[in-house]
This record gives sequence, C-alpha cells and structure tokens, in this order.
Amino acid sequence: MSLVQEPTTRTLVREIDYGTPRSKAEKTVTLSIDGRQISVPEGTSIMRAAMEAGIEIPKLCATDMLEAFGSCRLCLVEIEGRAGTPASCTTPVADGMVVHTKSERLDRIRKGVMELYVSDHPVDTLDRAKHPDVDLLATAAAVGLEDVRYGFDGARHRNPGIDESNPYFSFDPAKCIVCSRCVRACEEVQGTFALTVSGRGFDSIIAAGMDEKFIESECVSCGACVQACPTGSLIEKAVIEQGKPEWSEVTTCGYCGVGCAFKAEMRGDQVVRMVPYKDGKANRGHSCVKGRFAWGYANHKERILKPMLREKITEPWREVSWEEAIARVASEFKRIQAKYGRSSIGAITSSRCTDEETFLVQKLVRAAFGNNNVDTCARVCHSPTGYGLSTTFGTSAGTQDFDSVEHTDVAIVMGANPTDAHPVFASRLKKRLRQGAKLIVIDPRRIDLVRSPHIEAAYHLPILPGTNVAILTALAHVIVTEGLIKEQFVRERCEWDAFQDWAAFVAEERNSPEAVAKATGVPAEDIRGAARLYATGGNGAIYYGLGVTEHSQGSTAVMALANLAMATGNVGRPGVGVNPMRGQNNVQGSCDMGSFPHEFSGYRHIANDAVRAMFEAAWGKTLDNEPGLRINNMLDAACDGSFKALYIQGEDILQSDPNTHHVAAGLAAMECVVSQDLFLNETANYAHVFLPGSTFLEKDGTYINAERRIQLVRKVVEPKAGYADWEITCLISEAMGYPMRYNHPSEIMDEIARLTPTFAGVSFKRIEELGSIQWPCNEKAPEGTPVMHMNGFVRGKGRFMVTEYIATDEKVGPRYPLLLTTGRILSQYNVGAQTRRTANVVWHEEDRLEIHPHDAEERGIRDGDWVKLASRAGETTLRARITERVAPGVIYTTFHHPNTQANVVTTDYADWATSCPEYKVTAVQVSPSNGPTEWQEQYNELVRKSRRVAATVEAAE
Amino acid sequence: MSPDKLVYMANQIGRFFVTQGQEKAAAGTADHIRKFWEPRMRTAIIAHLKAGGAGLDPVVRLALERLPEAKPEAGRQQAPPQ
Ligand code: SF4
Ligand code: SF4
Ligand code: FES
Repeated sequence: MSLVQEPTTRTLVREIDYGTPRSKAEKTVTLSIDGRQISVPEGTSIMRAAMEAGIEIPKLCATDMLEAFGSCRLCLVEIEGRAGTPASCTTPVADGMVVHTKSERLDRIRKGVMELYVSDHPVDTLDRAKHPDVDLLATAAAVGLEDVRYGFDGARHRNPGIDESNPYFSFDPAKCIVCSRCVRACEEVQGTFALTVSGRGFDSIIAAGMDEKFIESECVSCGACVQACPTGSLIEKAVIEQGKPEWSEVTTCGYCGVGCAFKAEMRGDQVVRMVPYKDGKANRGHSCVKGRFAWGYANHKERILKPMLREKITEPWREVSWEEAIARVASEFKRIQAKYGRSSIGAITSSRCTDEETFLVQKLVRAAFGNNNVDTCARVCHSPTGYGLSTTFGTSAGTQDFDSVEHTDVAIVMGANPTDAHPVFASRLKKRLRQGAKLIVIDPRRIDLVRSPHIEAAYHLPILPGTNVAILTALAHVIVTEGLIKEQFVRERCEWDAFQDWAAFVAEERNSPEAVAKATGVPAEDIRGAARLYATGGNGAIYYGLGVTEHSQGSTAVMALANLAMATGNVGRPGVGVNPMRGQNNVQGSCDMGSFPHEFSGYRHIANDAVRAMFEAAWGKTLDNEPGLRINNMLDAACDGSFKALYIQGEDILQSDPNTHHVAAGLAAMECVVSQDLFLNETANYAHVFLPGSTFLEKDGTYINAERRIQLVRKVVEPKAGYADWEITCLISEAMGYPMRYNHPSEIMDEIARLTPTFAGVSFKRIEELGSIQWPCNEKAPEGTPVMHMNGFVRGKGRFMVTEYIATDEKVGPRYPLLLTTGRILSQYNVGAQTRRTANVVWHEEDRLEIHPHDAEERGIRDGDWVKLASRAGETTLRARITERVAPGVIYTTFHHPNTQANVVTTDYADWATSCPEYKVTAVQVSPSNGPTEWQEQYNELVRKSRRVAATVEAAE
Repeated sequence: MSPDKLVYMANQIGRFFVTQGQEKAAAGTADHIRKFWEPRMRTAIIAHLKAGGAGLDPVVRLALERLPEAKPEAGRQQAPPQ
C-alpha cells in the first residue's frame, strides 16, 4: 500500500520562532546559557542561541523572519560581567559568555513591561478563556503576569477603527502594540514599504501608506505583515469567521513557478488559511496574494462536480455518471482511431497538474493510444528554454536555486516581470538589490523593478518588441571587442572552436550597439554600459521570462543568453547562471515528465532505441518511434481532417493559445474533445465530454518549480467530484484496454524514478525526509543538485551558438502601426479561471490596454475610453490606460479575462525551433470604439449557449 | 497540411542554421525536421518539394532532399486498441 501514511491524529504543524534570523557565519562560538554549554555560528543572537537549545526567552518585537529591532524590552537577560539587562535579540553571542535568562530581577522587569502593554489593550481581565482571540494574553501568561496595577480602563492609544478594506485580512488598531513587526515585514521580507509608524510615542499607530486604508495603499496583500503580527491585530478574516485552525499539512502552492511551501491550516474539512512555511526552500516563509489568500475558487459555486456529455457542441450539457462518461470517451477514441487511423487522436497534459498526473497522460498516449501525439501548454511558454539550454548547456533547466540570488552582484532581468509574475522571487531579488547588487532590466515596458522603493535599475534597456536577439548579440559584441571575455573559463569549459566562430560573428560591425541602436530603440551607450557592468561587476545572474521565449526567435534568444553567461564565466557556482522564470506551477515538471511529442521523461528522444526499449519493457507495449504532433500541428491537422479527438487535462487552450479563431476552428473540426477541468472554461465550449477535475488541495503528488525543486502536494480534502485527476486518466486507459493500476501517486513516482536517470533517487519518502529535492537526484547526487554545471556542463563542453538576428515577419506598417506585447499582473493567474473566482478581482476587474500619451493623443483616446484593438488576425475591445510605462509605438495588455480575449489578435507566428507562439509581438492598430466587437458578441452568445446544462430530473425525496 | 505554412516553418529553421555554411546548415535543418516533425508533416513537405518546392530556400531544399521518406502512420506499427 501507500508509502505515505495518512495522518492518524491530525495536528497543527508548529514552527519554532527562533527570534532572529540564522547567522551564515562559519566560525562557531561557545557560550553558557542558564548553565548549559551551547555552540552556535558567530553573529547569532543570544535569543536564537537559547531557543536552539530549547530555552525560550519571552519576546514581542522579535521574530526570526526579521532583523532584530530591540524595542519591546521583554527579552532582557543578564550577562555575567556586564552591567544592566541587555536585550537578547540584539546582543550577539561571544565566546565564553555566561548568560542567565531567568532571575527575580528579570521577572520583575518583564512583568512591568507586560503590564503596560496589557493596560493599553482592549481586555478587562487576564483570563485567556474570556478573550481567546487576544494573543497578547498568552505572552502575558508566559511572563507570569497575574495582575494589572493600572487597571484595565487606562488611556488607550489612538484608534481610527478597524480597517476591513482588504478582502482577506483586517487590521484592528486597538490590539496593536506598535512593535513594528508588520512594518519591518513589509520592508524586509516583501520589499513594498507600504506601512509606516505614524505619530510619536504613546500616540503612534501603524498606518498603511499616508494614513490610507490598506486597499488604497501600495499594499500588495502578500500577507507577510499578518504572519508577523504577534497580537492578532492584523489577522486573516477567515480566522475571525471560521475560528482557529485545528490541524494542518505542509503542501505546495498551485499557482506559479516559484513553488511556495504552505501550511494548509484546517478546521474539520475546511481550509481556514494558507500560511507560508518557513522551511520551504523556495519561499523561506514568504508568499504572495495568490497562494496565501486566493484559494477560494476551490469552493466556488461554478465548479463542475459531475461528468457531463453532449452529442454536439450546440446542445446543452447532460450530467451523467462517471461510468457513462468514461465509456463514452473510450468508445469514441476507439471508433475514431479505427476510422481515421492510429494518429488521429492525442492529448494535452497540464502544467497545473502534478508530475504523476502529467506522466500518466503521456503514458496513456504512448502506450494506449499507440502514438506520440502528446503536448503540453509549456509549448506556448518555455519550449524555447528547453531547446536553447539543451543545445548550449546540455539540459533543459534553470541552473540555480533561488537562494543563489543572495550571492548575485549583477542581475539581468529580461522579458520577465517578477514583481507581478514571480512575486516571492522578486522579494528575494529586491532584498539583494537593497544590499547593493546592481540591476539591468531589458524589457519594452518600464516594469516595477526599474524603479521602486529603495531600488533603481542601473540600466533599463527599453527594447522594441521582437529585437531581443539583436540586443543580446550587441551585448556580446561589447564583451568580445572590449576584451571582457573570461578566457580561462571558456578554454576549460567550452568548445573552443565553436567559441571562436561565435566570437568572430558577434564582433562583426553590424552587431555593434551603434549598428543595432535604431532597430532596438536603445541608445548604444546604454548597451555598452550594461554589457560592461554584467561582464565585470562580479557574480552575474540572468533571470528571464516569456518576453524572451515567446518570439519567432525565442530559442535563439535563449541561446544568446547562454552565450553571454559562458563568455563571462557566469555559470557553475552560486550567484550566477541562466534562470528561466517559469509561468505555471508545474511547467518544469510537465516538461520533465515527457509531455513533449518527441521525448520521454528526462528529455530523451523517442527515436533512441535503447531508451524506447526500456519503456517498452516496463509498459509491455510496442511504442511508436516517430515524433507526434505539437498543439499547433494538432489544430492544423484537425482543420485538414486528419486529427479528430483530443483529451485535454486541465488546460484552456482556447484562451491561452494564440490566434483564437484558428484554435476555435481546429477544435470545432474534431469529433470528440474531452475537457478535464475545474470549470467550464473557454475550451470546454467546444467539448463533447467534460470530466470534473480536482484542485491541488484534493490530491497527493509533486510539483517541480523553476529551480527544478520537487516538492510534495498533500491532500487535505477529498476530491469534490470523486476522483483525483490521475485516477481519471487511469479510468480512461483501463476502458481503452490498457489498465494502469496504482494505489497511490507515490507508486507513479517510483515508476518515473525507475525509468528516468535524473530522477533515480527520488521517491515520496525521500522528498519527505529532505523537505524537497532538486533534480538531478541519483547516485552521483543523492540529495539533489542546487546548482548545475558546477564541474563542467552536462553536455560535456559548453557550446556557443551563432545567433543571427532575423526580424520577425510580424511587421508594423501603415495599417497596423503599433506593436502589441502581452503580460500578466500580480493578483491574477494565467487565463484567470481560478483567480477570477476569488476576491482578487478587487485588484483587477478587467484587462486594460496600456498606451503612451503620445499615441493616445494622436488617436483621440482618453484614459478609461473603450478602444478597438485590431491586428491581421482579429479584433477586440477593451479600455485604455494612458501611461508612460510603455514607449511610444508600443502598447501592452494582460490576458486574464475571457471577455477581452487578447489572443483574438495574436497571430500564428511562432518560434522557429519549437513552434512556441510569438505572443510578445503583434502589429496592431488602436482606435476609439463604443462597444464590443462582433466577434465578442457572437462569442458571448456561443458561451451562453454552450454552458447550458440540461435540468436533470431528480427523484423526489 | 497547408504547404504554405510548412514551407514557412521549414525556411524559418533553415535561416537559423544558414550562418553555419551550406553543408552544416542543410544537415542541421534536416536533423531538426527529422527530430521534431510528425510524419504527416514530413510527407507533406516532401510532396511539396517533389511538386517543384515553390518558396523553399536553397538550404532547405538541400535538407529535404536528404530527408528519408516518411509515410503517415510509418512509425512502428501497432494495431489500434480494439
Ligand atoms: S500585506 Fe504585504 S504588502 Fe501589504 S502591508 Fe502587509 S506586508 Fe506590506
Ligand atoms: S503564486 Fe507563486 S509566489 Fe505566489 S504564493 Fe504561489 S508559488 Fe508563491
Ligand atoms: S524581543 Fe527583544 S526587544 Fe523585543
């Protein structure tokens, strides 16, 4: 049976608060605390040293997520040979020090301090039973306070009333003791600087922004201040409404590629709150608004909980039993294969599902369908990363862990917007930047990182969309022609011939900053400055996102980044590297699991006979050795009539893929589309079978984040529709005559480990022991691999690739004079199916079109006006936001809302190597408009029709 | 599958490799297409080549000429599940 035990007694996972952060010093110091000899790293506080030895010193203003502050005076200790009573949180240990944490004098002082706090608190007794929600009384009890001499009706501090403006947490100033933990959390952990202490002395209170409400302030609702608050003054509304949690499990966020670890805190079978887990190595106790608060979609009323069928997509849905739905899928798939051939069906795996679930879908395709028509939505985001990094370095993954950023001196952020799309990583990067690291931003848009509190990019290169390769080659030109190459590194680690070809190519005059300044829109001097800084500024790290990959030269740009890192010796140690910022939670995992039509798990081509033989032996089937169709090829083939059925696991290709009209035509041409999802998404409008899926709270499994970190997802509630997604795939396979039987997802991981050398050492048990594992994990690296290519590249020698800039064929002209680029924002996630069904909509009700004042004025557009956005592919309408974040000639929008359907206007152009669509460049025209386009109206009508569910006749009770 | 689109895709691939010189570029392009194109796409582009190959860049022509014939459903045969 399962390796992972169901918890017999469910308890709350409690984390120790050591009071101050861990010291990273290597030298240790030995001291005595309350008569015990204790050895800790130099620089550790007395408070932390004591706690590590199990001696808890009372504290209020200290917590180990924050630097010590020393304001509450509760943590006093006595040190032999020193006068007075120093604060243990701000006093570092020293060799031979003798500390006492308990004495009559200390007791007296601590009680005195507590007494003052309590007298200012909204309580009329110290009885904790009467005030279960007043956390301060627990601390009062801990210091032994029995009486409050000043009475309970003393003067209270200023109190402007409870602030409930944030949808997820409230702030009650009455309970606030102005320890400023929240203020410091917002600064040190989140880096937003939204909170201040306003007023002085007794009159001081905590305020968001300039005495604003939270919702009106700069607050991004990350929740760091809520965790930090020791008194419950800042508290999740859910805790007030539902009561304190009773048990918890550690799990992994299901939203973005950061992969934050959380404690899912429960009451009965209800989630009360998600609290970031300090031992999570990706997030180290921090989170963003999505993972922390936006999980309510799991209980949203629009969730589909019963399987549904219909003969034609114009008919209403009919709810059916699981048996009937699965039997229909199997019989249709078999019928279609018999009629149109083995290659006429396929599947798409989800980057939101677990590794185990995606692995099973590709197994279903290869073993049960008997073809290789499997693809994943990573196709439309990071497939160029796979191609580019394997060509140059030998493997398809980011080189570093997130901790690496603590050693970075110069960071290049290109085509990524971490504060919105990878917020927890952004907080860690910002912390490093505040410590003095330098930043180069390469992005058409002035993203928040370019200038935010206490951060200013050394260079912002606002390139025109579509010119990435030109600017990267120009950066290389500077590095080569100014003699900034790390020759020793290149000679030792890279193919010297390929390097020389490359160096000769980039040195050509046509690749100089001066030559490309016009095409890229970036002044040559800035390109030169940025190149010098990256090459000579110490540890240089590259972080990039979809703004690099989603281009017709996406793969080339990834190679160009890899070239830069190799040329400057910035690979193979902490603080450097080339790091793709993955979009969805399990993009990395879905690629690793063999979701692409040409390769098995671990990136091994299906034409490799030895590898295929291993899978054939394990699966008991002859496997096809020809590559299958990619998503866009499937749609093309569908329009041609040779591809007829598709099983889609948790993806909304209609909304997320480019050129909506083409996707719609492809789907409409199929005879059986099976959509497995939480909601009737846009793709489901074209589906014949709907299979209700499960959320990350409802299943066990693993996700792999952008650092290659494999982490456990743990079930805390039963699947609401009856089955976890992996079970549904097993049912389909069985019905098609190829039984796949597993008792628990851990057995699927065992199979993955057996068949995939880079996962050989991975099992649920091992992940549980280690907390998480970064692959490769095998005999050579039994605990996984935080930094790759340490002693040479995976492919042996690093390979420089010549990266000729070829302008995209998507060109501006008189009819379409503006360049549209797309992106995302913090509070919404991808197509928004989940986040739109939470209170996060208060931050983003609709997609807006950002346009420069100059372009707006030329067209007579005012802020907030409805505008029509038209390209060669289609047109849509949305409202304008006038801003200088975008350069003249460039416009920008998000794609979170189906009403906007920004992808109606994006085109079919795609990366040359991987067919990853060119989302980031579309030539468009913008004009004033007074309402929705014809397509939007027709589409809304279609949606209305196709979401009908026939009334089921329920037997009377 | 529409030859126009396939021609466009093949030329895009060719243009990446062309900086490596004719010979290497043709080999690189052929290898890429062999590795990533499904048989019916390869069949269609070869048919297009045989029909004159309008629109194909020289390097791509060279690449396609050395590409082995692919028949749809040419992979190792396996009966569809019954
Ligand atoms: S929720 Fe986050 S951003 Fe908002 S005030 Fe608290 S720490 Fe700052
Ligand atoms: S969405 Fe990303 S950053 Fe936010 S909590 Fe989840 S994993 Fe962390
Ligand atoms: S905990 Fe040390 S002074 Fe507050």
